[in-house]
This record gives sequence, C-alpha cells and structure tokens, in this order.
Amino acid sequence: MPEIRNFTLNFGPAHPAAHGVLRLVLEMDGEMIVRADPHIGLLHRGTEKLVESKPYNQSIGYMDRLDYVSMMCNEHGYVLAIEKLLGIEVPIRAQYIRTMFDEITRILNHLLWIAGHSLDVGAMTMFLYAFREREDLMDAYEAVSGARLHATYYRPGGVNRDLPDSMPQYEKTRWRDEAEVKRQNANRQGSLLDFLEDFTNRFPSKVDEYETLLTDNRIWKQRLVGVGVVSPERALQMGFTGPMLRGSGIEWDLRKKQPYAAYSQVDFDIPVGTNGDSYDRYLVRIEEFRQSNRIIKQCIDWLRHHPGPVRSGNHKVTPPKRADMKHDMEALIHHFKLMTEGYCLPAGEAYAAIEHPKGEFACYLISDGANKPYRLKIRAPGFAHLSGMNEMARGHMLSDVVAIIGSQDIVFGEVDR
Amino acid sequence: MEFISSLWYAVPETLRIVIVILLQIVAVVIPLILTVAYTTYAERKVIGFMQGRMGPNRVGPRGLLQPFADTVKLLLKEVIIPTKSDRYLFLLAPILALAPAFSAWVVIPFSENMVLADINAGLLFILALSSLGVYGIIIAGWASNSKYSMLSAMRIGAQMVSYEIAMGFALGGVLIASNSLNLNDIVRAQSGSIFSWFAWPLFGLFIVYFISGVAETNRAPFDVAEGESEIVAGFHVEYSGIAFALFFLAEYANMIMISALTSIMFLGGWLSPFQGLDFLINIPVIGLFFGNGIHWLALKIAFFLLLYLWFRATFPRYRYDQIMRLGWKVLIPVTFVWIFFEIIAVALGWQPWL
Repeated sequence: MPEIRNFTLNFGPAHPAAHGVLRLVLEMDGEMIVRADPHIGLLHRGTEKLVESKPYNQSIGYMDRLDYVSMMCNEHGYVLAIEKLLGIEVPIRAQYIRTMFDEITRILNHLLWIAGHSLDVGAMTMFLYAFREREDLMDAYEAVSGARLHATYYRPGGVNRDLPDSMPQYEKTRWRDEAEVKRQNANRQGSLLDFLEDFTNRFPSKVDEYETLLTDNRIWKQRLVGVGVVSPERALQMGFTGPMLRGSGIEWDLRKKQPYAAYSQVDFDIPVGTNGDSYDRYLVRIEEFRQSNRIIKQCIDWLRHHPGPVRSGNHKVTPPKRADMKHDMEALIHHFKLMTEGYCLPAGEAYAAIEHPKGEFACYLISDGANKPYRLKIRAPGFAHLSGMNEMARGHMLSDVVAIIGSQDIVFGEVDR
Repeated sequence: MEFISSLWYAVPETLRIVIVILLQIVAVVIPLILTVAYTTYAERKVIGFMQGRMGPNRVGPRGLLQPFADTVKLLLKEVIIPTKSDRYLFLLAPILALAPAFSAWVVIPFSENMVLADINAGLLFILALSSLGVYGIIIAGWASNSKYSMLSAMRIGAQMVSYEIAMGFALGGVLIASNSLNLNDIVRAQSGSIFSWFAWPLFGLFIVYFISGVAETNRAPFDVAEGESEIVAGFHVEYSGIAFALFFLAEYANMIMISALTSIMFLGGWLSPFQGLDFLINIPVIGLFFGNGIHWLALKIAFFLLLYLWFRATFPRYRYDQIMRLGWKVLIPVTFVWIFFEIIAVALGWQPWL
C-alpha cells in the first residue's frame, strides 16, 4: 500500500506574498494547512548589537530601518526610552509634532498594509490607490527631514527641526508638461501644515473610496470573514497587540492607557472588533485611518497657533544653535562634545513603549553610564503576531494563509531586527 | 492579369485548395495575433487608467509599440527547462494550450459570409476545443515538477471541468432557442431588431455563460490557477521566453474567443443593433456603419474584453473552494431552471422561439 504523506510546501522567502522574507514551511493535506511553520532571521541585521557600539544619537537611523514602513514610530520608541533615562523635558510643540508624525506614520503604515493585503487577496487596484495617498505623506516626510523613508527626525529632547514653511515641488520632465506640473504643485504652495491640512480634508473621502471597493464586496468578505480567528483570551496569551488585539475585541491602546507625547490632549476613539477574524482586523484598521486623520487635524490646528522651541534647551543632549556657537564658548564646547562623544546616560534601565501602527513597540534600554547603551532590547509587535501564525492558519486553505499574513501586517525589518 | 490567372489555373486543383485554405488561415491568425498584442496593450492602458496611472508610454508614440517590444524580449529570452522536468511534455504543453485556442476560430462567423469553415456542428466543435485547452495547462503544471505548478494544475483541472458544465448548459439554451448548431444560423436566428437578440429571453444564461467564460479563461476574479500571490504564477511558474509567451497568447486568444462567442450567441454577432431602423441604414456612407457587418462583432468583442479588464481591476480573487461552490451551487442550478422554463416556452410555442 502506498504511504500517504502530507504535501510540504516551502512558501517563500522569495514569494510574492511573503511580505519581504518570510519563509513558511507549510504542511498541507491537499490545499488544507496542517501546520504552518514560520522561519525567520533572513533579514537579521543585528540592530540590537550594532546599537551597543555607537553613541545614542547615531542609532536613531537604525530604528527607521526596523519596521521600514512606520519609521518615525520606531524612532519615537527609542527616543522615549533615552528621555526616560535622562529625565529631560520635551517642549510641548515637539510633543505635538511627534504626535502628528506618529499618526502620519500610522496612516502610512496602514496604507501599505491595505495595499499589500488587498493585493494578496487579489484586488490589485487598491494597491495603487493606497500608494497614491502614500506619496503625499512621503512628501511630508521629505519636507520635514529630507528623506522620504528613513527620516531620522526625532531626537532625544525633541525633534531635529521645526516644521518647514515650504514644500518640495515637482519639476517639469519629458513626461510631465507645464500644466501637469502646475496641477501637481497646486497644494504645495503653502507650508507643510497647509499641505497636511489639505490632505486631511481629502483623506476621509479616499478612505470611503477604499471602503466602496472592499468593505461590502462579497468576494472580499468571503475571503476574510471567519479566516484566522483569534479569541480574545488567546490574543492576550500570545502577546498580540495593536489592531491584532483590538480586532479580537480587547480595548487596549497605549495612546489611551499610558498616554505619551500629546495623546492626552487630543480627542480620538479606539475601534474594537468583535469576532477576531481577518475582516474585523480590516475594519479596525480602516477606522484607525479615520481616527488618525482626526488626530492630525487637531495637531495641525494646535501647531498653527503655538509657535515655540522644538528641542530641549538642555545642550548636554541637544546641540546648540549654530549662531550661538559663533560667540558662545560654552555652546561650542557643547557642540564639540555632542558631535564626538555624544552624551552619557545615567546607569540604570528604562522601558518605553509606544502604540506603534502594528502594536506595542518598545525599547528596553540598559545603560551602564557610558555614551552608548549596554544593551537594547527591542520589543517588536510583529514577532508575537508571527508566532501566532500556526494557530491562525491551521485548518484553512493555502489562499487563506496569504490573507492571514496580510491581516497580521508583518514586516520583517522588525521581526528579524 | 490574364497571365496571373493562367498561372494560377496551371496549379493542380488540390494544391490550389490547400493554398487558398492556408491563405485563409493566415488571414484569420495574423489579425488574431495582432489583436492579442493590442489587447495586452489595452489591458495595461485601461487598468492603468482605472488605477490612476499612465500605463506603458515609453516605446513608440503613447507606448503603442510596447507589445512588439514585449514580443521581441520574450523571443530573445532563453527558454529554461527545469532539470527534473519531463522535457518533452514541458515543451508540448504550451503548444497544446495554444492550438485549441487558435483552431476554434475556424467556425467563428465574422460576418454574413466570412467564416472559414461553415460547419453544421460549429457549437459542438467549440465546446470540444475549449475542453481540450485544459490539457495544455494540466500537462504544463505536471511536467514542470514544481509544487506550485502542481497545485495550480489541480486547481485548474477542477475549475475548468466544473465551469464547462455551466457553459455547456448555457449553450444548450442557445441551441434550443436557435434550433441550430451552426454559429451563422444562430446569428441569423437573432435577426430582426435589437430585441430579438438572445440576450433578452436568455438573460440568465447570458450572464452565466460570460461568468463561466471568465472562469474558463482563468481571468480575475477566478485566476486561482495563476494566483500571483498564492502560488506565484501557477502552471507557468517554470516557463520563460517564448514558451511562456505561448501560454500568454493562448490565454488572450481564449479571452477574445469567449468574448466573440458571447457576442455571437447572445448579442447577435455581426448583426447591427440598428436593424429594422431602415431610415438609418439607408443614409449613404454612414448607413454602412449602421448596417450589419464585421465591425459590430468587433465592437461587441471589444466591449466584453473591456469587461474582462474591468473585473480584473475591481475584484479580489476567489478562493478555490468558493469558485467551486459558485460553479456548482449557483451557476449550474440557474442554467437548469432557465432551460427548464425555456423548454416549456418552446413546447407551448411562445415567442420569441416561434
């Protein structure tokens, strides 16, 4: 008698739906998943170790590259841990700028999530719609930091610089004539805040557009409802956070529970799912689009009327103004010390967590009093989510695995670190 | 002139027939291949427009030469044959997929007298050939010796067999209504006015047929056999260069085929929608446009192709078991019910089947 064996399929690492470098070893009975075994580490860059050999400020850029679709949120987690240990005050304007950019980042992340998720499920138009909006937010990143992705904008003690008064403009090319360029630059004439305000006015209708394409689409619902169900108890046990946890019906959001930056000053709601399936997680994230938009609007409003410093005046940590260095000896010394040695943190440890678009992102920092961390442990939300893969995928079909990966919103930069 | 005609009649008669048939085949296949080429271009442009981007615009004016650039690229690429594949079947498969897709065109009536083989059993011929198409794909999936291809071959085997049934029943309805298997007769049975097209009395079958047609050609939202994000590219994951191009050609030829068949069976093929409105048709010059002719078939085909592209831009992909459910539990029962009532109508001699 022939021996009947399960079919083992190596899903990834070079698979279109692997979201980077996920390698899943799938044991399948026909199309049915018996066991899904995620293999990680293909994008391991040793961030935690690299950080140990550099002054604190020089590692901010590494944080961008963890979850490379929600850059500034990662920075926020790291910067917060340093500030906690240093015990310095961050100016209120910087707090608001951080809040605003955290929410911009959340929209950026969720846009990429919906793009990838719907492309995995087969709705390719969503992909380009999402990228259309991403482009504008990327420009906001560029305006404020000069880089579209890896901003390195947050600093311990504030942010690198104040919001700019002008936006980068499109230029005429062989493929874009004068009229087209003019149209594209129409909403870029004012400051960054004007540009963002225009975006926040426009964005809710775009979310409606996504929803008309997906939310009530029969095929979309058939593909997501009841797929990858996680009960609230299991979600807690497996350490799920963010939309993965809220999708299961647990109202847990660090922005409300342990407010940081300016979150206690702004008004927003936390969407919560009921069934814990992929469709609920989809709805939760769609609602987060709207809530983030709401927060950004409030921040823009506040920032318009409250000019002020965006960096702490403590020049042991933040560099002094260039103009001051020309006449002030102390400023020059501070600058020299900061740019060569950096600053030393008091010995001790700090855990700072933020509500990252994917869940609870946290940095656990141990300092021995030197100018670089003794140890940095990064808590990446995606790691816990990925470990739930086997449980979520078991008993589903191959196509559902793809939908589940999409609904987990995995990014390997942070899982592998 | 005399010289040419005397030369022509000097050729033995059998050879003359062969030459004429070959020329006719060329006259069908070359436009078909060109249509396929520009369908790919149209697909990229139309979907590009729907997605708010430009589509190809670099090769030639407005990217019009893009299909040729693609063809040249595919022709020049190396055909890689996987080491552990069955190399003969591997190379046979694309041919097996392409041949039925092309040969079904012989029975398509392009206009009143433009049909390569005006055979009586045209409808059966079409059904037979469209069933054959699945072999190419199953063999490709199996011969590649890849797990992704294998899964795809299994999926497509089940899918095509299931949808063939719904399709066959839908065509059965057309057969009952037109009382003929000859495609030209089916078109003629719909003449009169736009309201004598079978799309109206057979509306359910019309919808079922087109949906099954989309499933039959593995296009979105039924493209589980290719399923980019699930099984990478399915049965042609191991194919490259011209071997891949043949599958591509077959897929698009099938798409055009299904569009042509839907127009012929349900929308009166080459019949003009302005039939019966003689004052329009009698206008000099412009009247030619309003009269019957190949251009109406072309327009109808273009319309269904647009629907194909529109579906692709709009819908997410079905899951494999959901496709099966749709086929067996929705489409087939609809055709049953519709044909049942159609038979009653025919038996009682109701319009429009008198």
